[in-house]
Amino acid sequence: MLKEKFEILETTCVPLPLENVDTDQIIPARFLSATTREGFGKNLFRDWRYDKSGKEIDSFVLNDPAYSGKILVAGKNFGSGSSREHAVWALTGYGFRAVVSSFFADIFRNNSLNAGLLPVIVPEDFLKKLFGVITEDPATIVRIDLPQQIILIPSTGDSVSFDINPYKKECFIKGLDDVDYLLKMKDRIRAYELRNTLRK
Amino acid sequence: MEPKTLFDKIWDSHVVHSIQGGPDVLYIDRHFIHEVTSPQAFDGLRRRKIHVMRPGNTVATADHNIPTVNQHLPIKDELSRNQINRLEENCREFGIDYFGINHPKNGIVHVIGPEQGYTLPGMTIVCGDSHTATHGAFGNVSFGIGTSEVEMVLASQCIIQPKPAKMRITVNGELQKGVTAKDLILYVISKISSGGATGYFVEYAGTAIKSLSMEGRMTVCNMSIEMGARGGLIAPDMTTFEYLSEVVSPKMKADFNSFVKIWSALKSDEGAVFDKEMVFDAADIKPMITYGTNPGMGIPIDEKIPSAGSGKEATAFLKSLDYMGFSPDIKILGHPVDYVFVGSCTNGRIEDLRAFAGLVKGRKKAAGITALVVPGSKKVEQQAIREGIADVLKESGFELRQPGCSSCLAMNEDKIPAGKYAVSTSNRNFEGRQGPGARTLLASPLTAAAAAVTGVITDPRDLLNN
Ligand code: SF4
Repeated sequence: MLKEKFEILETTCVPLPLENVDTDQIIPARFLSATTREGFGKNLFRDWRYDKSGKEIDSFVLNDPAYSGKILVAGKNFGSGSSREHAVWALTGYGFRAVVSSFFADIFRNNSLNAGLLPVIVPEDFLKKLFGVITEDPATIVRIDLPQQIILIPSTGDSVSFDINPYKKECFIKGLDDVDYLLKMKDRIRAYELRNTLRK
Repeated sequence: MEPKTLFDKIWDSHVVHSIQGGPDVLYIDRHFIHEVTSPQAFDGLRRRKIHVMRPGNTVATADHNIPTVNQHLPIKDELSRNQINRLEENCREFGIDYFGINHPKNGIVHVIGPEQGYTLPGMTIVCGDSHTATHGAFGNVSFGIGTSEVEMVLASQCIIQPKPAKMRITVNGELQKGVTAKDLILYVISKISSGGATGYFVEYAGTAIKSLSMEGRMTVCNMSIEMGARGGLIAPDMTTFEYLSEVVSPKMKADFNSFVKIWSALKSDEGAVFDKEMVFDAADIKPMITYGTNPGMGIPIDEKIPSAGSGKEATAFLKSLDYMGFSPDIKILGHPVDYVFVGSCTNGRIEDLRAFAGLVKGRKKAAGITALVVPGSKKVEQQAIREGIADVLKESGFELRQPGCSSCLAMNEDKIPAGKYAVSTSNRNFEGRQGPGARTLLASPLTAAAAAVTGVITDPRDLLNN
């Protein structure tokens, strides 16, 4: 099953300079009872975004009309905690296609790579710069070039390259899917099983 | 041959294929599923029109969402009920063993795996839940995965995974009286920080680790994720084999000695190289408690909350303390507590209930305390009743509930109200984890018991000595 392809993303950004944002903040557990992947976007950062009566909290960045865009720029250790992929579905459901941070929790990063949200790891000083230019001018465009593995701030000329394993890179660029890949390997998987039952 | 770590031995023997420059295709021996992270994966199989490749390798339980009282009645919450029904239907359609509410094998996924003999040394084990590391206590490679990966395992019995780096955490010496496995791991996390082991798979070693029971080892491995690690494992030994001899299948029991022989080889070779090593002394560990909103923010119970420091980190630190209603440089001993939660895959096993009951015995629940004592599984519940723990609890004013995740993540009714303080034996103190606005202090079952009978944060050692 093909997925949405990702090559070059050019967009404004939403800054969330907090560190250690855990998946319980991204999507609180009480919204995990759904049985589909849809509809999580409206509860993204629910308890920071809305007060108890359901009113928007003005000071939270998603409620600030100055900021919009398809890149979330987040503080260090983003996505720690639970393995819920719902956190990624909430971010993509809201409209994000990439998250930029200096450090991601492992499972969150895997889940993002599996569910079509590009995690971009940048050095601490580049992240700082990024927060600086976005807050100074929320209209700042940022360009993520996946084939070149470069993230660039065209207005300042700052850029930095980022890592992604070649397999996942190809999956993103071509819209390929892991299960398809594994299904094509079934013979090898069966051979592995056979070898190992024989060994035991 | 080059010396290898235990983690390498297990991982490498499960690699079906190494993608060039990229991740490994890793074969999975055991797959646990539950209601929350599986429905979308089954939908994927249906869309692709494929079966589960090895239904016998997957086991399902209902735990995250279920109520912990009146389990014989239909679940009131419609969404929860629907999610449980979906799991049951999916398991029936795809031929997977399912332990629903009231089934004698029902319970929290990481509690039932070991106690029902599904969790064995040398395996690769995954589950759509980050605390899957619990199973590593038996000397296997187990870790949490997301729903896309649940679908991969169902479809192909494999997942695509980058191999993590290796860390060894050695704790030598003897734990003091009143200091438990939970304190040990909270101490380690407070030293390493909540992100300090990200990218690593941890092997726990040392005399203090080896002297722990299987329950204690599970508590330690369980919280590996709270320092960012993918998982944690402990080489199997006599303690492991003794535990397993009680729970494995009759077929395995018949040939148990030959399994023990194979499992005994599961250890890191002398001279095996880890990417990072840390060593601690058990004698330095006191009963621990957390004061902030990530599990790395823990202190010895009789010490002060640290100072704020300066810069960006101070802002996050103060924000966290503000949520908790605390300030820097204060002691939290004696601080009033509203709720006590004993349970979860960290501390919801029989040994934990024994510890809690042992301390509250002959004492009374303090006025103003609401206590939730939740066994980790049906088996634990039944054992607690048989051993008289339920009676001890009742006499002291507590009630043993029915098994489930309960207040650990508060997906059911067991929520801590906003602003209230809960001493909790679970694993996460994130903002809102136990209910919107809830304030969680992570601690051991003994410390929870001490708070439950005094109504304030109390050093359990003070009560153990009288
Ligand atoms: S008890 Fe808590 S941590 Fe354990 S599986 Fe349930 S929700 Fe997850």
